Parts: sequence; structure tokens; C-alpha cells
Amino acid sequence: MKTNMTVSQKILAYIKGNPIVVMMALISLVVGCTIPNFFSIENANVLAGNTTVRFLIALGVSGCLITKGTDLSAGRQAALAATITGVLVQRADYAGRLFAWTPETNMWVVLLVVLCIGAVIGMINGLVIAYLKVPPFIATLGMQTIVYGINLIYTNAQPIGGFHQNFKDFFNLKLAIGGKGFSAYILFAVLFGLLFWFLYNKTTHGKYMYAIGGNENAAEVSGVNVRKKLTTIYMIAGMMYAFAGFLMTGKSGGASASMGTSYELEAIAGCTIGGVSTTGGIGTVSGILVGVLVFELLKIILQFLGVDPNFNYIVQGLVVITAVAMDIRKYVAKK
Amino acid sequence: MSEYRLEMRGVCKSFPGVKALDHAQLCLRPGTVHALMGENGAGKSTLMKCMFGIYSMDEGEIIYEGQKVSIKDPLEALHMGIAMVHQELQPIPARTVGENIFLGRYPMKKFLGFIPVVDHQKMYEDTDALLKKVRMNFDSHQKVGELSVSQMQSVEIAKAVSANCKVLILDEPTSSLTSNEVEALFRIIEDLKADGVAIVYISHKMDEILRISDEVTVMRDGQYIGTWDAKNLTTDFIISKMVGRELTNLFPERHNVPGEVVFEVENFTSINPKSFRNVSFQLRKGEILGVGGLVGAQRTELMEGLFGIRSHTTGTIKYQGKELVINRPKDAIDQGIAMLTEDRRATGIMGVLSIADNISVASLNKYLDYGVVINDRKVENLVQDNVKKMNIKAPNSKTQIKSLSGGNQQKVLIGRWLANSPDVLILDEPTRGIDVGAKYEIYCIIEELARAGKSIIMISSEMAELIGMSDRVMVMCDGRVTGFIDGKDATQENIMELATQFV
Repeated sequence: MKTNMTVSQKILAYIKGNPIVVMMALISLVVGCTIPNFFSIENANVLAGNTTVRFLIALGVSGCLITKGTDLSAGRQAALAATITGVLVQRADYAGRLFAWTPETNMWVVLLVVLCIGAVIGMINGLVIAYLKVPPFIATLGMQTIVYGINLIYTNAQPIGGFHQNFKDFFNLKLAIGGKGFSAYILFAVLFGLLFWFLYNKTTHGKYMYAIGGNENAAEVSGVNVRKKLTTIYMIAGMMYAFAGFLMTGKSGGASASMGTSYELEAIAGCTIGGVSTTGGIGTVSGILVGVLVFELLKIILQFLGVDPNFNYIVQGLVVITAVAMDIRKYVAKK
Repeated sequence: MSEYRLEMRGVCKSFPGVKALDHAQLCLRPGTVHALMGENGAGKSTLMKCMFGIYSMDEGEIIYEGQKVSIKDPLEALHMGIAMVHQELQPIPARTVGENIFLGRYPMKKFLGFIPVVDHQKMYEDTDALLKKVRMNFDSHQKVGELSVSQMQSVEIAKAVSANCKVLILDEPTSSLTSNEVEALFRIIEDLKADGVAIVYISHKMDEILRISDEVTVMRDGQYIGTWDAKNLTTDFIISKMVGRELTNLFPERHNVPGEVVFEVENFTSINPKSFRNVSFQLRKGEILGVGGLVGAQRTELMEGLFGIRSHTTGTIKYQGKELVINRPKDAIDQGIAMLTEDRRATGIMGVLSIADNISVASLNKYLDYGVVINDRKVENLVQDNVKKMNIKAPNSKTQIKSLSGGNQQKVLIGRWLANSPDVLILDEPTRGIDVGAKYEIYCIIEELARAGKSIIMISSEMAELIGMSDRVMVMCDGRVTGFIDGKDATQENIMELATQFV
């Protein structure tokens, strides 16, 4: 039936299916036409940078959502990776070093270290959920506060700065010559987008993930090792948060335990806006990207309109609830 | 007032991409049992959901006691006196029988003269009276989750009766009942009839229909085919109306020849002392072994034990003399065993996923390029092969499986298992909830598999199927095997005798 639709019908169907995306496009068009500098490379770069971090977290959490779980520890895990990155890339001659004994480490080695830590935390989440059968909401809520506690204790709740030049240089790297253009690290968003597309569509890992989300019992009967798969999914998620945390430190030139607060909610919101179903088994990488982009765009628009930043929270909350309500409506509306 | 209690005329209802009802009609007289018949997907349930206010009609009218009415939601239907016992029971397991029955309309009293509170005493007294009325004797304080499926069904019926309904819809009420319980249900139906209730009875079981119904309405493809007086009807006539053609054979001709013993189970015992114990049997190459017994005989549990879904304490499983170690389904699959589970929705289909994803999930490793990349073309070939071989009706391989009819879903699931080319195939109620036409096709597939040398274990609660398809019948009762009967000698009587040995 769908194949016989004319172009105008297709456009109409898209608008009906993605009301928030269409709404955001219209609003940004209006804002862009009325406020100068909205359509500028600098602004686009800010948007791309913010989106990159959230996209990586959202990719991580998407596996949990597709298997009917969730991960509320995402933001705190990213923050832990951020501070560890900060500590390890501090200059040896920097007076405010948190630990005198930490070496000035090559940034790629640092990345490897935080990825490993992320994998371990994620794996613990996965084991608790898959083997101890603790509901994901509770398990990761617990992990959220544990990780936050660890982060506060070892950093003494102090901000971390004074990074070595190589690290700073990498994050100042621009794709266009002359200092104007997009930051190079947004390529990670592209890289991981492609990687996850491949993972979700072309590997047994992805197929089994969707199968578990579609019907966990049926997946087990069909020979999927559900517990192992769930553990892997949470482990990959942990690594994604760690990667995002690494980028957060580089991007902002500093790190603290309070970074990344409520990023998990933003990531879950982005996924949901992008069509990852809260009832499991459904979700695409392109959808997640669109969802995160819309959410970040919304924040920037509010900023350009001069809205008090504290109001942002309210608006964002409303958008999330609306998105889920719309998603659920797709199923109830069939009555 | 008209002669009818309720009339539905010219009812149309479309879902995206499919016209589920196309000018359907149904006219119910008071004090009669009206059987609504049709293959799966004929629109019976949709029509009932329109009557009960779960769906809204696109077109058509409902005339209730001579008045044209519109029913917006189930609550309104209940207030009007229309009650429905659903095919899939929807009890709240953690609450008591009484609370389930009076959910949403608890009897109230005033505490301290002005605070409204639930009158538990009255509620349980009323529940006891109701349970007595439906001839069920169990405790109204018992948690519904502790009841058997058939008892839950009785609770649902008691709930419907308690609403003082004038129209009662029973959607496949006997699919999980034993013959004694069916008799009890029929007595309740007779009582209700005598009270002037108009009853809609949906079932696939012909003998039941012919026994208790007064009128029969047949639907096909969402359309009204006709209504007949039940007295003069025959099974063949109804079936021909349902499928729109004459069906000569219920079962295919059998050409499979059982060979040497290949699969042996010895002294197999569950970790649960109330479940299967000391089960031993042998299975031959190319043999169809039917497994009969009453509900609760632990047949499903035994097969799930063999397949690694449930745990066992002692016992050995051998294939061609080699002992198999099976602790989870994956072990069984890797060693050439497949199992089509009983409850398609709970442990079979992944509803929101595509046909391609559903059919390939158990054999994905076969379609990899370079050991990691899934080759979509190979998966598509698998789908097309099965679509052709088993006559699966579906728009394309990306269609969500939940939008297919039960028979087509079952064929996809059979395809899922055949993709692994198993040696031993366990089929647990392979034709449950499947319409007559598709049933025959599934029998043909089973026969063909046996002919190709696969060994098949088939659990069935349908006597005709058990007798018509099995080379041998193994009968179980209360977790134990009570005997084997050769397929040629099997009769309803000798199977039932073994099935009730310890009851």
C-alpha cells in the first residue's frame, strides 16, 4: 500500500509521523530569519559539538532501550570518564594538579583507560540486570549514585584543569583552514553513527538485540543467550559514555564531577523523539541522530530567543513527555 | 420490541491496509446460544470488539433492545448489559477472586457514617454466591494467580454473570479446559440461556458448536456469509461455508515410514516434584509420535525440559546412541533439536519485528559473510523459500509478524526451525488457534518432514489430530507416561483411559 503513495502523500505522512521534527524545522526557520547569526558556521559548530557528545551517549543507551531496559547511570558515568581524562592529561608542571603522582599521559592512552573503566562499570550494570534480574531502572539508578559518589570522593569535588598542549590542540583542530569551520572531533559522531548502523543492521549482535526487545522469551527459545547479550549491551553502553566523557573534557577544557548531570535523560529523550520505542524492539541509528539533533537545536533556539536558561528545563521536559505520548499514540490510535 | 435482543448491521471497520469488516452482521435472539464461526482473520473478534466498544465502527449500526445505540467503550457496554469473556484472559494475578470480579464496581459502605470505603464482607459474600451460581467451589479469598487456567476462566465467567448481563460474548472459552470443565461450562450456559441471556459463542471446535448452539452465523474475510438454524447443520457444511470451498480430507495421506530408533529419553525427571518424572521413551527416524493427555499432564513441561527451557534432575537424552547435554535452548538447537512452543505469543513470535527477522533469528550464523556481516540476500532467499514452500500469505518480508494471521505466523515459526535442518522436531500444539484451511496445510508440512526422515514429537489436545496424525501415541497423566498406543489402534476411548489413570 505504501509504495503507491504520491510524493505529496509521502510528505504528509512524514509530517504526521514526525510532528516534533517538522515543528523544530519550522521554528528554526523562523528564528533563523528573524535573529542574525543563527544561521552561521559558529552556531552550527556549537550545535554539532553538543550533538556529538549527546549522540554518543544516546547510541549507548539505545541498546538498553531497545531491549526494554534503560540506563540512568549514563550521565554520571560520562562524568567519571571526564574527570579521569582530566586527571591524566594534566600538565606535569601545572601547580593545581589533583594528584602529583599521575603521569602526563598521551591522550589516546587516556582514551583507552577510560574506555576500559566504562566497560567494567557497564558490565557490572549488565551482570546485575541479566543475572540478578534487578530491573534496569533500579540497577542503573543505584549505579548512578555510586558512580557520582566515587567521582566526588576522589576528585574532592574540585574542578580539574591545566591540560597538556597535545590534548588541547586536538580539540582545537578545525576541519576548514583558517580557524573557521567545524571541530574535527565531530567526526567521531559520524564514525560511531556508521559503526552502530553496521552493528545494529548487519551483525548477529544487532539482530539478537532487536529479538530480545521484541520478545525476550522467544529469543531465549530461539537459542539467543539473552543474559550474555544483555551484559554485552550494557558494557558497550558504558564504553560509549566513557568516550563521550573524554570528549566533554576536551571540548570544555576542564572537568568536574558535576558534569553530565541528567545527560541520561537527554539521551533517552533524544532516542524517544527519534522513534526508539519505549515498548522495545524498535529503533534506528538515523532516528536517534535526528532525535538528539532536534533536542540540541531546541536548546540553542531557546538560547537565541533569550529565554532564561532555567526555563529550558521545563521546555525540555515538556518535549520529552510530548514525544513519548506521540510514540504511544501510534499504538493506541490503531483502535 | 423486535424479536432480537441485539442486532449489528452493515458493520465496516478498516485498519491501515486491511478491511477487517465488510458489511458484517449479527442478530441475537434472547435465550439462545449463537455460534459465530469463521477462519482466523475472518473478523469474528473484530466484530465482537466493535460490539463491546473496544473498537469504533467505521460504518454500520447496533440496535439494542429495539433502540439504535452507539457504544463508546467497554464500560458503557457493561452498563448496558453486554459482557465479554476474552480469548486471552486478563486477570490481576496478585489480587483475590472477589477483587477481580468486582474490580471497578466494588460494593461500598460508609465508614464512620461518611467516609466511603470498600465493603469487603459484602463483596466476598456476593462472590461466594456467584461462584455457587457458576457451580465452582473455590475460595473467594484466593489469589487469582494461584488458580489454574480453567479456574481463571470460571472467574471471568462469574464476573460476566455478576454484571447481570443480557448479552454474553464467549471468545473461545474452552480452548484451555478439560472435558469435565467443558461440561461444567455448558451447564452454566444452559442456566444463562434459561435466564434469557443472548450468548455469542466463538469456537473452532465443531462438536461443541453443534451441541450447544441454537443458531450459527458464518463469516469469511470480514463479510457476512449467512445464518442458519443449528439443528440441521453438519460439520462439513459449516466448514465449506467457512473456507468457501469443499474440504474433503481433514488429514493428508501418510507416506512416512518410521525407521530405526534415533532418539532416546530415559528416566527423565523434573526438579519440580509435581512436574514430569521418570519419563522414558524412544523415537524413530521419520516417526510422528503424538503426545496426548489432559491439561496439566505436564506434557509441555516435559518437552520444555528436553529442550532446556526447564531444568531436570536426572535422566539422559541420547541421539543415535550419543548422550546429549542440554542445559538451555541453545544447547538443544546446536545438537539438532527444534521446538515449536505452545504459546505463540509468549515464546514464539517477536511481534514488532519483521518476518525476515523472525524467520532467521535461530539460524543467523548461516547467513554471515566473512564470519560477521549478515548477508541480507541470503536471509531474503530463506524467506522466499519458505513463502513458496509453505504458502505463507504476507505482503513482503519486511511486514511485522504480528499483522499476520495465526496460521501464517505459525508457518513462519516452523520456517524458523526448519532453517536449522533439525533432526528432531518437537511441536507443541502446532495447530492451536489456527483455522481449518491452514491446519490442513500444517499437517501436510508435518507429514512431509516425517517423510524426509525427521523425527517428530507432536503434543496435541485435539483427539482427532492426535489420532489422525500419529504413528504412535504416548499418553501422559500427572507427570508420568501411562502408556503407548499404536496410531492405527488409537481411539478417543483408549487414549482417555490412559490420560485419566491417576485422576
